[in-house]
Amino acid sequence: MASKRIGVYICHCGVNIAQNVRIDDLRAFAAGLPGVRVAQNYMYMCSEPGQEMIRKDIAENRLDRIVVVACSPRMHEPTFRNAMKSAGLNPYCLEMANIREQCAWVHKDADVATAKAKSLLAAAVTKVSLLEPLEEREVPVTKTAMVIGGGIAGIQAALDIADSGFKTYLVEKDASIGGHMMQLDKTFPTLDCSACILTPKMADIKNHPNIELLAYSEVTDVKGFVGNFKVTVKRKPRYIDENICNACGSCAKYCAIAIKDSFNAGLSKLQALHIPFPQAIPAAYVIDPLACRYTREGTCRQCEQVCKDLNAINLDMQEHSIELDVGTMIMATGFEPFDANRKPELGYGRYENVITGMEFERIVSASGPNQGQLLINGKKPKEVVFIQCVGSRDKTVGNEYCSRVCCMYTAKHAHLVREKLPDAKITIFYIDVRAFGKGYEEFYDRVKGEEVYYRRGNVSEVYRKGDKLICRGEDTLLGQALEVPADLVVLAVGLEPSPGARELGQLLKLSKSPDGFFLEGHPKLRPVETGSDGVFLAGCCQGPKDIPDTVAQAGAAAAKAIIPLAQGMVKTETMVARVRAEACRACGYCVDACPYDAIALGEVRLGRATKTAAVVNEVLCKSCGACSAVCLSGAIQQSGFTDDQLLAVIGAIGKEY
Amino acid sequence: MQDAYERCVYLERLGLFGCVQCGKCTAGCPINYVTTQEEPFNIRRLVYDVLNAPGEELASEKHFLWQCTTCGTCSLRCPKDIKPRDVVMNLRSILVEDGTLPPAIRDVLKSISINYNPWSLGKEKRAEWYKGLELKDASEAELCLYVGCTPAFDSRLQKLARSAVAILQKLGIDFGIFGTEEICCGNEIRRLGDTWSFDALREANTELFNGCENIRQVMTLSPHCWNTFRNEYPGLKAEVLHYSIFLARQLASGALKPAKEFAKRVVYHDPCFLGKQNEIYDEPRALLKSIPGIDFVEFDRNRENSLCCEGGGGRMWIEIEHAPERLANIRVRDAVEMGADVIAVACPFCLLTLEDAVKAMDLEGKVQVMDILEIINTTI
Repeated sequence: MASKRIGVYICHCGVNIAQNVRIDDLRAFAAGLPGVRVAQNYMYMCSEPGQEMIRKDIAENRLDRIVVVACSPRMHEPTFRNAMKSAGLNPYCLEMANIREQCAWVHKDADVATAKAKSLLAAAVTKVSLLEPLEEREVPVTKTAMVIGGGIAGIQAALDIADSGFKTYLVEKDASIGGHMMQLDKTFPTLDCSACILTPKMADIKNHPNIELLAYSEVTDVKGFVGNFKVTVKRKPRYIDENICNACGSCAKYCAIAIKDSFNAGLSKLQALHIPFPQAIPAAYVIDPLACRYTREGTCRQCEQVCKDLNAINLDMQEHSIELDVGTMIMATGFEPFDANRKPELGYGRYENVITGMEFERIVSASGPNQGQLLINGKKPKEVVFIQCVGSRDKTVGNEYCSRVCCMYTAKHAHLVREKLPDAKITIFYIDVRAFGKGYEEFYDRVKGEEVYYRRGNVSEVYRKGDKLICRGEDTLLGQALEVPADLVVLAVGLEPSPGARELGQLLKLSKSPDGFFLEGHPKLRPVETGSDGVFLAGCCQGPKDIPDTVAQAGAAAAKAIIPLAQGMVKTETMVARVRAEACRACGYCVDACPYDAIALGEVRLGRATKTAAVVNEVLCKSCGACSAVCLSGAIQQSGFTDDQLLAVIGAIGKEY
Repeated sequence: MQDAYERCVYLERLGLFGCVQCGKCTAGCPINYVTTQEEPFNIRRLVYDVLNAPGEELASEKHFLWQCTTCGTCSLRCPKDIKPRDVVMNLRSILVEDGTLPPAIRDVLKSISINYNPWSLGKEKRAEWYKGLELKDASEAELCLYVGCTPAFDSRLQKLARSAVAILQKLGIDFGIFGTEEICCGNEIRRLGDTWSFDALREANTELFNGCENIRQVMTLSPHCWNTFRNEYPGLKAEVLHYSIFLARQLASGALKPAKEFAKRVVYHDPCFLGKQNEIYDEPRALLKSIPGIDFVEFDRNRENSLCCEGGGGRMWIEIEHAPERLANIRVRDAVEMGADVIAVACPFCLLTLEDAVKAMDLEGKVQVMDILEIINTTI
């Protein structure tokens, strides 16, 4: 092995490192290590002058290996690799020693911190001389995106990607797109009609030349990697051809089977053959196979007769799957309202005048079961009580988080009650009012001014006294328990991840944060990325959020998803696992250990002969190292982390300096 | 006076730093319900006070600490998983340690250390309830019938114990009792704050039960005894069951078949130590509903919303002064309004408090309080 020419660069990180590690000692120590030609220190190595120092030394001293002694490689490894690349050096001949997090920040004693820094520096110098230059590779990208979930998040993301010129599949599990936003009556704080601002975007989805809408469909399998995903989509039978159906509705008049109207939160009924709501996209009817007399019992077929001329109905339609190639994907699987049955003391399910916020939305909506009239059992409620934080900020149901929208939607609900029932007594029980968004505090003030009684404290139980419900809570400002009578109790239920999101997350290898929502790449700096390259997050699947934040995040996710499509190529992992076929026993342990299906056993040429050995698909490999850890013969090694390199590092750390 | 560190550990152990002062504990508290606006029992305020003042001084100022029935509603309702009830028990412990106790409580704790029961009665008196019955010793049977102190000594409750015996005999179950050797489970003692006596009782009981190799199961009459055996006796080898669970299993297997009619309207009152604290709601109902001819009805406030009878947490020995109303009275009034003939209970304390209320309200002959054991016994 030709002797290496190593440059060592020690960073002060302002005072972060320098105040607790003796930089001059460290530099003198580095200069004495074998192979080290240059040892320098600087205030901020990551700054442009710091990088220039490295580039200059590479040129002047013909350095071929660089050690940066600074912070965690997580942030600045790419910085220094780029500096090396621009100076004509292979960027993988870099090693970083983290003396900030591992020395300066965690040890109070400068002697201890400096001694440990020396060990880490020596180990890095040892390892860097054993590193091999690696080649970066690129693969072409399928210039198509897929968005999963057709609520406002998915709609916005799909439109943004499509507008930038890329083909986009929008997959929605229900018969229509629109999601929960479509169910809302008004939106806070501006009181825009929710459907009025959403339906134009839904129509855009339908008419956009770059968007292919796959409604009533579910993603069942995902293979591949960023730029080259293969997605299997199950298309559920609608029994009505959405391309032929003109939504005339004649057929539904003949369908005698009633089911719960889930769009109206179960408050009304519709037929087994139905259109989910008047503005549905696709604008086509659908048959619920769990309710339809023909699909269940094999008789009826009335609807087919009605639609004889158009012939849109096909009761023999079968479920089928299609496979699609896409380059990037956006998860927009949304939320599910908290199930209020899980707080039995609040009377939901026991008293019919205890309802959830979503049910309230449908009741007051002009397109709802009461045509917008606020009636409970046919009567106008005189006293209305709202209870906040139902299923949010509540460890007993496993939801420690704040759902972020309930304070404001409750303020909106109170406003709507006042608008419809000027004489009603309105009480809101709350723990804290979180009016954090633009115009929210102003809206909260406005609602309070509409004679809405905000009582600081929450309701513990709801029970009946005569023909009234009693909400028993404490006004903690008074320090007194209160019994507030009500004709209507509205529970401000929180938001939980969509139930189907869990399996989908497993297919895409997405992590979840402790709250159960999908985990973003970094809470500050990678808010829409995920741990899976090429998969992005939009809307409530990442955490509860209101419509403005959802739309903003959807736009951000779309922009991120467009980057690989626009570039046309993606870089693959460089520090991949490699197999020395002559040492491989073909035991297959590595095949089982690989979480990315990147390894298979195959026939390999060894000189003139062939043998069975592990073969790594370098495009799929994520350099996790699981394979080399289980390999008994040492045949499979991860580039940049080979057994030889790691053993040398351990040896160097074990020495006294 | 605790030093700052000790105080921090104390508050953290009770989880009080997480309190958001939402008031659900106070609003759900049945004792807040029956104390006056001038002298309220406000558990939320107590938590706040404990957060802001050292325990010893505070405990001695709070005379209302003895009003709590330890029903656990506050802990059940708390969204932050704090146990306000444990704060009360903790402060009571401070008072027990100081010896500043109401006389009635002092008598109970004294009796425990002398007689191993809270009723200031000699242990030979435990033999009264099974006079004339030929019963095996617990060490000779697989099932131990643990009667508990109050049913052993109280003449009304002795009927309960004898009903249990009759049912087990009719079912042909091999069971035994400890007789005069039985000692207090300590559930109420712990809730009165005397953790030292409780530890002694736990040790003695654990030795007694574990010393009998034959015992596989223990059946208790009171949910209070069951609660402590189940949740606070980590070393117990036998499975301990409240009778409602034991009999519901017999019902499910077909061994227990109520055949005779009980043609009455029956409303079931959930005991806090069975329902709210241990989530047993369905078993007692299954037993009642299995009885032919029964007209089973529910209180509006049932299951998780049930109202405490004020019998627990040491309240058998302490009355609230100047209470505008008793919870048991509310319960009885609701039952009469519903046209119930019988209020069914599954707890000796509930039976006593509700029966007292019936007498105090002059409703004898109008409504009757019965334990499920007594009802079942008349139907098989």
